[in-house]
Amino acid sequence: MKLVIGVVRPEKANDVLEALYRAEVRGVSMSRVQGHGGELERVETYRGTTVKVGLSEKVRFEIAVSDDFVDQTIDALCEGGRTGEVGDGKVFVVPLERVVRIRTGETDVSAVTPVDK
Amino acid sequence: MSVPLAAAGIDPADTAWMLVATALVLMMTPALGLFYGGLVRSKNTLNTFMMCAGAMGVATVCWAAIGYSLAFDDGNGFVGGLHHAFLSGVGFAAHPGTQIPGLLFFAFQATFCIVTVALVSGAVVERMRFAPFLLFAALWSILVYAVLAHWAFGGGWLQANGTLDFAGGVPVEMGSGFSALAAALVVGARKDYGRQALLPHNAVYVLVGAGLLWFGWFGFNGGSGFGVGDASVLAFVNTLLTPACTLVVWMLLDLIRGRHVTAIGAATAMVVGCVAITPAGGYISPGWAMALGALAALPSYFLIVWRTRTRVDETLDVLAAHGTAGLFGIVFLGLVASEAWNGVGDGLLHGDAKQLLWQLIAAVATPAYAFGVTYVLLIVLGKLMPLRASEREEAIGMDIVQHGEEAYATGEGAILVTPEDGQKLPVPVAAR
Repeated sequence: MKLVIGVVRPEKANDVLEALYRAEVRGVSMSRVQGHGGELERVETYRGTTVKVGLSEKVRFEIAVSDDFVDQTIDALCEGGRTGEVGDGKVFVVPLERVVRIRTGETDVSAVTPVDK
Repeated sequence: MSVPLAAAGIDPADTAWMLVATALVLMMTPALGLFYGGLVRSKNTLNTFMMCAGAMGVATVCWAAIGYSLAFDDGNGFVGGLHHAFLSGVGFAAHPGTQIPGLLFFAFQATFCIVTVALVSGAVVERMRFAPFLLFAALWSILVYAVLAHWAFGGGWLQANGTLDFAGGVPVEMGSGFSALAAALVVGARKDYGRQALLPHNAVYVLVGAGLLWFGWFGFNGGSGFGVGDASVLAFVNTLLTPACTLVVWMLLDLIRGRHVTAIGAATAMVVGCVAITPAGGYISPGWAMALGALAALPSYFLIVWRTRTRVDETLDVLAAHGTAGLFGIVFLGLVASEAWNGVGDGLLHGDAKQLLWQLIAAVATPAYAFGVTYVLLIVLGKLMPLRASEREEAIGMDIVQHGEEAYATGEGAILVTPEDGQKLPVPVAAR
């Protein structure tokens, strides 16, 4: 089991969700974060106060998957999130020690396998 | 240059009310900015509001320079002359047919021009570049608004033949609505339209904006009698009655079709009702005004439902809210206008079929002119400069791309740039 973390542009979040859906990856958390990954700072001016905004809005996906689904998940994040310009984001994959589904108490692989309705 | 001084024939009460009414109508444009700003996504809030704010500058300047003259100077039936260009001859003397100073009449009409230009922006928000929009706003206020205002208010061919239009069903409502359709077709749909859900980001703004629009509309309709006479009182009260009926019917339609009464629907209904009574305000009885409100809800409601299923991204439904409701009001007035209430003319139900005929002619000619000229104008502008932002910019959002600001800036990660840093200050885009 792995936890796949993807940080992408907010305007690409819908494309990522679409790609994940097509890859049959269900079970996603997403949150709005601020980050900086080497892209150009943008300049904003408010009543003569000029600022460089170094942190950009990003969306962070957290997806816990069984080992068979790791590659599809990474591909979906990359396909959905890519524009080709600096600032498209990163994907981090970390090992998962334990997973528990709260409703049933199922653990590990069966906990990260989505329920068929 | 000699200024025409106040002569006999100025009525202080009329003047006092019209000063207030002018300010009320001016407030409708920022109110529209709130209404529109709430209906778009958060990354486009400022840009959408700025299209309204920009209109307050651009349209006023054009109106003072030439628009007012083209609308209200004697000319031919199609367009006025240039004798009042740059406010020449506009002073304290009473405007013909009223007991208020010509200067005040000019300002009142200017606020109409502003809000109409702002209305059209609803068709192109979230993708049109700001500079081309300002240029479009300037040219549109002259080529479309001023001409239509001449037709309906300035002694042009519609007014001369007896078309009744109390407060701007022709230039304001049909003028903006059908121009909006043309603008949406030329500029094209947003890149994600029909592919992703593009939802309003703040329904509270939408409700506050609609409420302030309704409030301002008392000046818009109530001021279009140019005084404190019966026509103004009738129009003022009808501006309460008609939107209330539209609102009730709209809420019922929402309830029946979707099992929920929606806030955005209610806000839309207020605007639709105000639009419907605009041409008819001082001409129809309060009872018929209520009937008008109830009936006018139907075509606008179903046009909005239908439009969102088409490929036409007329984003904020200016055609349904303004074009359609304005057209409905102008025709309805031809049916039920009553000389007993307005002292001007009867509609078909009171025995004057010719009145209905001229209302129908206005309801055909105005949309045709507004649509045609706006279409050609934007095609020509599109040859000279790109009208819309790139897909990449559209994805980032027009606030940052077009204005270098955010509506909801957090300040996190913002580093102050001071000249002492010895850093090169950012150069404005225009100077590059």
